[in-house]
Amino acid sequence: MPAVTVTDLKKSYGTVRAVDGLSFSVGEGEVFALLGPNGAGKSTVVEILEGHRTRDSGKVTVLGTDPGTAGQGYRDRIGIVLQEAGIERELTVREALVHYGACYSRRRPVDEVLDLVGLTGLGDRRTHQLSGGQKRRVDLALGLIGDPDVLFLDEPTTGFDPSARRHAWEMIEGLQDLGTTILLTSHYMDEVQVLADRVAVVVDGRIVAEGTPDELRGNADSETLVRFRFPEVDPNSGPVVELLGGLAGRTSLRNGVLEVYTEQPTTDLNLLTQWAIGQGGALEGLEVTTPTLEDVYLGLIGGDHGAGVEDV
Amino acid sequence: MEPGSKMSDQGRPSAVGLLFRQINYQNRLFVRTPIAAFFTLVFPLIFLILFGALFEGVDVAPGLEVDPAQFYAPGLAVFAAVSATYTNIGIGVTIYRDEGVLKRIRGTPLPRWVYMGGVVGSGVVVAAVGALIMLAVGFLLYGLEMDIGNALPAVVTFVVGVASFSLLGIALAAVAPSGQSAPALANATLLPVAFVSNVFISVRNNPPAWLDLVGDIFPLKAFADAFFSAFDPFEEASAYKPWLLLRIGVWGLFGALVAVRKFRWEPSTGAGGASGHRGRRGRG
Repeated sequence: MPAVTVTDLKKSYGTVRAVDGLSFSVGEGEVFALLGPNGAGKSTVVEILEGHRTRDSGKVTVLGTDPGTAGQGYRDRIGIVLQEAGIERELTVREALVHYGACYSRRRPVDEVLDLVGLTGLGDRRTHQLSGGQKRRVDLALGLIGDPDVLFLDEPTTGFDPSARRHAWEMIEGLQDLGTTILLTSHYMDEVQVLADRVAVVVDGRIVAEGTPDELRGNADSETLVRFRFPEVDPNSGPVVELLGGLAGRTSLRNGVLEVYTEQPTTDLNLLTQWAIGQGGALEGLEVTTPTLEDVYLGLIGGDHGAGVEDV
Repeated sequence: MEPGSKMSDQGRPSAVGLLFRQINYQNRLFVRTPIAAFFTLVFPLIFLILFGALFEGVDVAPGLEVDPAQFYAPGLAVFAAVSATYTNIGIGVTIYRDEGVLKRIRGTPLPRWVYMGGVVGSGVVVAAVGALIMLAVGFLLYGLEMDIGNALPAVVTFVVGVASFSLLGIALAAVAPSGQSAPALANATLLPVAFVSNVFISVRNNPPAWLDLVGDIFPLKAFADAFFSAFDPFEEASAYKPWLLLRIGVWGLFGALVAVRKFRWEPSTGAGGASGHRGRRGRG
């Protein structure tokens, strides 16, 4: 049985449809990401799953129970890491973990949790003496102290600097190894690419695409982009036309930069480099990239965003 | 899963155990907030010492021929108790809501009534400490006297009073828009009432009728009068004052009603989760 199932979930605030017929399920031990821009309805979905927000219609099940009617016994089995939940500044990290841990029936040992989130040795520090990144780790630690079966992570790295994000990712990957089911929201493509087993792209309260990060990249995956600054030669001259015609991929020349989308990067690159060397030059500013999930994502929210706005 | 084997599963913790834990936790938060401790415990003590020095040998009011300390020690004990409950709870809970602490707590298995029970329980403990300090200083330095037979009525009055003012504190937190406005709200509602409630000055001797009425409407005067009766050497009747206690209790129920209807666990938008604005608790 999946750990989380959501079927045709709807929620409006006044005339705004925050969640507009959303369905997905998360398997046990899976890391599932809701990816979308701010205001897409991700947090509303998570709050409904946590049992803190009512829904207008639809069916929601977490660990076999309906969060909307579940009591404290339900919260005993989930962990919640919110975007802006404070920590009592008067307490040390250890005191906070011991105190919050005491209300769960299962408890992870405090030192184990401190190690897991990278706060080893900081247990006796008052929480107000911690940096922003360290506080976020305490958030995560507090989400884990009750050994949850399902962990909700609402934008776990928003506001982090790049190295703090790397650390956070390592932590979350560590949780995956513990077998915790994780429902993650994010508006960072690279984050879900690294962490999530499956991703649902949410725009205007609806899922516009769903799959593994690789599936989402889909057919675009097979195309490689080769780009470089094109020498100042007449693009309509015979040798250039012959060169471009000989490439397997599609080409476009804009602002003096040639882009080649190709499924055969090796042979096309070979032709281009031979040509450049033959010219006595080089491929200036050469880049060879595969499309990222980000490209796909931006395409999805760009195209569908406009359409969605009209609906509202 | 290897780490799973290390988990201890004791079943759901008992609510009573959690309640004591919450009281303990609130007490710890209180003692680590020096400004709250100052205003609750030291501030009334300064008043007591000041009044003791200023009014030494003077009758508190015509017709109330008792030593000033006999009046001020119980009165300021009540004031300390109300500070520890109404003011501290009202401000403290609002700040924790602003900072998102309440939002976090709501996501844990801790029953909400246990959280509130911890807040009230700790308020009662701190109130008792504050009142005992006032009375102890009164006994030791200013010759405060009390008929030992009145100890139990005093305790009963005290319990009804602090329970009701705790509920009013939660009601204050329920209506206060933010942690920044909570101290102003607490002071604006408490201090003017305190001046007509036999706490700082006696209004027993033929005050203007409207002033008497204002005092009678609010619960502080009832609390101060009922508590003082246990220390009043001229009190002929029982020190149990059921009508006064009823007046206090009705306000307590009103506080509970407001709390139940209005209490929010989430910060109001704009209150912000920033941790930088906690140099507060100052009261005008």
